[in-house]
Amino acid sequence: MATEASIDPAHVSGDGVRRRDFINIAAVSVGGVGVLAALYPLVSQMAPSADVLAESSTEIDISQIAEGQAIKAIWRKQPVFVRNLTAAEIAAAEKVNVSTLRDPQTLAERTTAGKKNWLITMGVCTHLGCVPLGASEGEVKGEFGGYFCPCHGSVYDTAARIRKGPAPKNLQVPEHKFTSDTVVTIG
Amino acid sequence: MSFPWAQEYKPVNPLMRYLDERLPLPRFVFNAVGAGYPVPRNLNYMWNFGVLAGFALVMQIVTGVVLAMHYAANAGVAFDSVEHIMRDVNWGWMLRYGHANGASMFFIVIYTHIFRGFFYSSYKAPREMIWLLGVVIFLLVMATAFMGYVLPWGQMSFWGAKVITGLFSAIPIVGEPLQQWLLGGFAPDNAALNRFFSLHFLLPFVTLGVIILHIWALHIPGSSNPTGIEVKTESDTVPFHPYYTAKDGFGLGVFLIVYASLVFFAPNLLGHPDNYIPANPMSTPAHIVPEWYFWPFYAILRAFTYDFLFIPAKLMGVLAMFSAILVWFFLPWLDNGPVRSGHYRPLFRKFF
Repeated sequence: MATEASIDPAHVSGDGVRRRDFINIAAVSVGGVGVLAALYPLVSQMAPSADVLAESSTEIDISQIAEGQAIKAIWRKQPVFVRNLTAAEIAAAEKVNVSTLRDPQTLAERTTAGKKNWLITMGVCTHLGCVPLGASEGEVKGEFGGYFCPCHGSVYDTAARIRKGPAPKNLQVPEHKFTSDTVVTIG
Repeated sequence: MSFPWAQEYKPVNPLMRYLDERLPLPRFVFNAVGAGYPVPRNLNYMWNFGVLAGFALVMQIVTGVVLAMHYAANAGVAFDSVEHIMRDVNWGWMLRYGHANGASMFFIVIYTHIFRGFFYSSYKAPREMIWLLGVVIFLLVMATAFMGYVLPWGQMSFWGAKVITGLFSAIPIVGEPLQQWLLGGFAPDNAALNRFFSLHFLLPFVTLGVIILHIWALHIPGSSNPTGIEVKTESDTVPFHPYYTAKDGFGLGVFLIVYASLVFFAPNLLGHPDNYIPANPMSTPAHIVPEWYFWPFYAILRAFTYDFLFIPAKLMGVLAMFSAILVWFFLPWLDNGPVRSGHYRPLFRKFF
């Protein structure tokens, strides 16, 4: 039976490399590239499809939100809290010494200049993704008057900054722009 | 397995030896497709098609599982979900065209594999069981292909489902209730679509199981060869690896070139434009025909146009169609010819 010992010595070059070695490496390389090329679409198909990406910005009419009220809008299939802060809530947020916070940020950094009363944050707790309470009428706002997450007890203040509980970060402020006095575009 | 001079698995690597003693999986692979499976040295390219069929099935399972992540089996949205796959899902067009044309490639390969069996009498003793399992695989693949074709819920899908289940209505007395039971209604609708999807997902894995039995049965007598004369000594064979892995690798390359040409340059060549029209129970397409791989059976079905004695033409056509395949189950015992290979049977060769 043909084994490696019976290979014609004429096909072995001076440094002991056989033609067969080259063929083996070439064949496996071409096969490997082919497998990778086939794998790419199989992995990529799980990423968000074009219709999902097309829904990645949303416009919100804020004209009906009275001072002290908040609404829940939907952006990327997730809740966004749009809150019209009262003067007392703004004062409470600004009174806090930022350096004592877990995720130090001022209210001004979290709102648009000249629109400090409009606090727009994701309604997604930064701990494990539950929707915190406090946006709808009558919901518990927690001891800092902002939001309270019922899942694991994270407490956010009136600037939606994390004050207590397991969450690592403030509620995320999504990229947004006031396109007019009454319309804000998120995303 | 196979011939008595088959090499035994002797792992050199200590890790492989450790694994082999506890779970002889490396041994299993070695004996199945490695150097431990001696194969007749005179096989021609017709013997490539078994491996190609296995590859085609795996390809169909992979693309199919992925498509099922995006497809919705509901009569209201099925058609739209297929268009969603084509337009929105990343690479969805390629996966769907790959799956649809993969079915055609699968049939090209298994028809060649079956006709190889006919020509070289591969079904004869001691390989009857391989043949019988092969017929079972063919029936499973046909059922799977038909149900898969229904899923896009276009015009051809809908009327295909109606006509194929209509075959069962030809059976006297129980026919009509049987068809209604199969469809879960009086015409194909949501119930039928959902069960077809469920079975279309299940049957390929059943097929995979039967293929394992098919290969198991093959490795007992070992592979046949183009002369039809059994190999007698070790010098008549070569180890599967590297000899036939290399040859099958070359065949696979040719297969992939043909397949890729179809997918990328003519993805709708073997399909029907009518299936891009959503299912309409009120109107049958004027040019309705099955997919090409069912044409022989379609021809048989249409050939019977008048009642024979007490048997109505409709039943006659259905009986003839089913017997055309079921007779394969008896082939090993119907054919008593002592000569196996078609090369030595001049008259047979002419008819073939």
